[in-house]
Amino acid sequence: MNIVKSLVLLALVWAGMAQAADPLVVSHGADRAIPIAVVPFGWQGGAMLPEDMAEIIGNDLRNSGYFEPIPRQNMLSMPNSAEGVFYRDWKALGAQYVLVGNVVPDGGRLSITYGVFNVSTEQQILTGNVGGTQQQLRDMAHYISDQSFEKMTGVKGAFSTRLLYVTAENLATNNTRYTLQRADYDGARAVTLLQSREPILSPTFAPDGKRIAYVSFEQKRPRIFIQHIDTGRREQITNFEGLNGAPAFSPDGNRLAFVLSRDGNPEIYVMNLMTRQLSRVTNHFAIDTEPFWGADGQTLYFTSDRAGKPQIYRTNVNGGSAERVTFVGNYNANPKLSADGKTMVMVHRQDGYHVFQVAAFDLQTSRLRILSQTNLDESPTVAANGTMLIYATRQQGRGVLMLVSTNGRVRIPLPTAQGDVREPSLSPFLR
Amino acid sequence: MEMFKFGKLAALSLALAIAAGCSSKGGDSAGEGAVDPNAGYGANSGAVDGSLSAQEAALRAITTFYFEYDSSDLKPEAMQALDVHAKDLKANGNRVVLEGHADERGTREYNMALGERRAGAVQRYLVLQGVSPAQLELVSYGEERPVAMGTSEESWAQNRRVELRK
Repeated sequence: MNIVKSLVLLALVWAGMAQAADPLVVSHGADRAIPIAVVPFGWQGGAMLPEDMAEIIGNDLRNSGYFEPIPRQNMLSMPNSAEGVFYRDWKALGAQYVLVGNVVPDGGRLSITYGVFNVSTEQQILTGNVGGTQQQLRDMAHYISDQSFEKMTGVKGAFSTRLLYVTAENLATNNTRYTLQRADYDGARAVTLLQSREPILSPTFAPDGKRIAYVSFEQKRPRIFIQHIDTGRREQITNFEGLNGAPAFSPDGNRLAFVLSRDGNPEIYVMNLMTRQLSRVTNHFAIDTEPFWGADGQTLYFTSDRAGKPQIYRTNVNGGSAERVTFVGNYNANPKLSADGKTMVMVHRQDGYHVFQVAAFDLQTSRLRILSQTNLDESPTVAANGTMLIYATRQQGRGVLMLVSTNGRVRIPLPTAQGDVREPSLSPFLR
Repeated sequence: MEMFKFGKLAALSLALAIAAGCSSKGGDSAGEGAVDPNAGYGANSGAVDGSLSAQEAALRAITTFYFEYDSSDLKPEAMQALDVHAKDLKANGNRVVLEGHADERGTREYNMALGERRAGAVQRYLVLQGVSPAQLELVSYGEERPVAMGTSEESWAQNRRVELRK
């Protein structure tokens, strides 16, 4: 019996190793996404609406990697309410779902009624109403996407989350303008939160979505700041000699992990934001950087080159020994965990290769999937529901942001402002 | 070796060639007419003091020190220039900033650490030459302040550097 058991165990271990050593490259998913018809919304007002609601919603659903919107030129009818939905029209197109909506002027505001229909069961599965100003059309579109996505998949939608990123514009020699931007998750409606002549990096949201932390060189040295998004109020959090970098809020938002080199080399510290009390987490002569909190608020994942090359480790926030997490690849850095804690996304370089790509690492099975196809891919950030991630890469010598679905089906560049775009960071769910 | 295509590095090589030629003349007290038993074949005629200070000036003009990929090892040519800077710093007691930089490959925060490691290598060397650590501040800019744009080995080689700033 025992021999059989250990043989089974051995086989399992071996299977795990084999998977780990053979990273699966995902280009496009093998099975198809679910076809959905997002019908152009009805509009019962005068001048054309500034936003195409159906297009925004269709893009949202496609970006998740779950759905494939049917081109509107193929649609046999364009209903904007339940009465106009004839299931045979949509069956003919192979649609699994139909989403319709109607926008009505409502005393200077807009009121939107929407519905989702399951074509195979011929049932309306969702009906809803949302209202707002013309400036809030995108918010309303993302809201409808969230509601519909959750109804159809059982997964909470993350289309109303926000994105931070940094731009660098070379104005002249030794004159670069850096900005910190906040946009919709899809890059639309960017707002400048900070502008500087000195570099800005590592922006990150607090769990409340109201505060952000980042590194700014405005004092000619890297220093960590926290900024309140609504009021613009800023607080300088660190002013230590050497590196001050890689801030990361704890899951409860009360602590901030970051890197300081004040003791001679980069180590990870945690600051209690109430008391400003500082505690050192790592203690090693190698580089320790890029802390990221586990959902338990006790574990910190981080990058270290203590074994010669950068690899991911984890340790208890109260110190103690560090456990190595990644073994495959000659460069693994910048770990970000999905909200369910099962998947770790990171920057990865395969053994024998020179390109830096974004990879998803399953912490339970150690299975590794390469999610990006280019070189110099970095700064991955995972959507709050884990369905999408955004990373930075270079195209024609310019920094751009790419969005990929975690299942690998979708990979699109995000529309962003001019200049070099980098350091994307998605918010948690907001309310 | 590709690195030697660059103007800055060519200037550095030139300075080193001068330095090498001059160093064979031995000590700095070799005056006119003094017989230096260590004098090499290539010893120039003319004012030795003049050529020494010219050589020193050339080395003093070198304030950017380059590194190999993923390395913080100082190159021998950097050490020669740093010897001159060490001498100056010991004499004038000034405070300088050692600005560490990395190329764009790899993550930004890791490169911040690499830049600091490079600045630290320069700092250690200067301290070994007798400069007080209090005179040297390390600031890493990681990959945030490239001097050469572009995704090529040539650009990357120019960006992996430490700049000594007064």
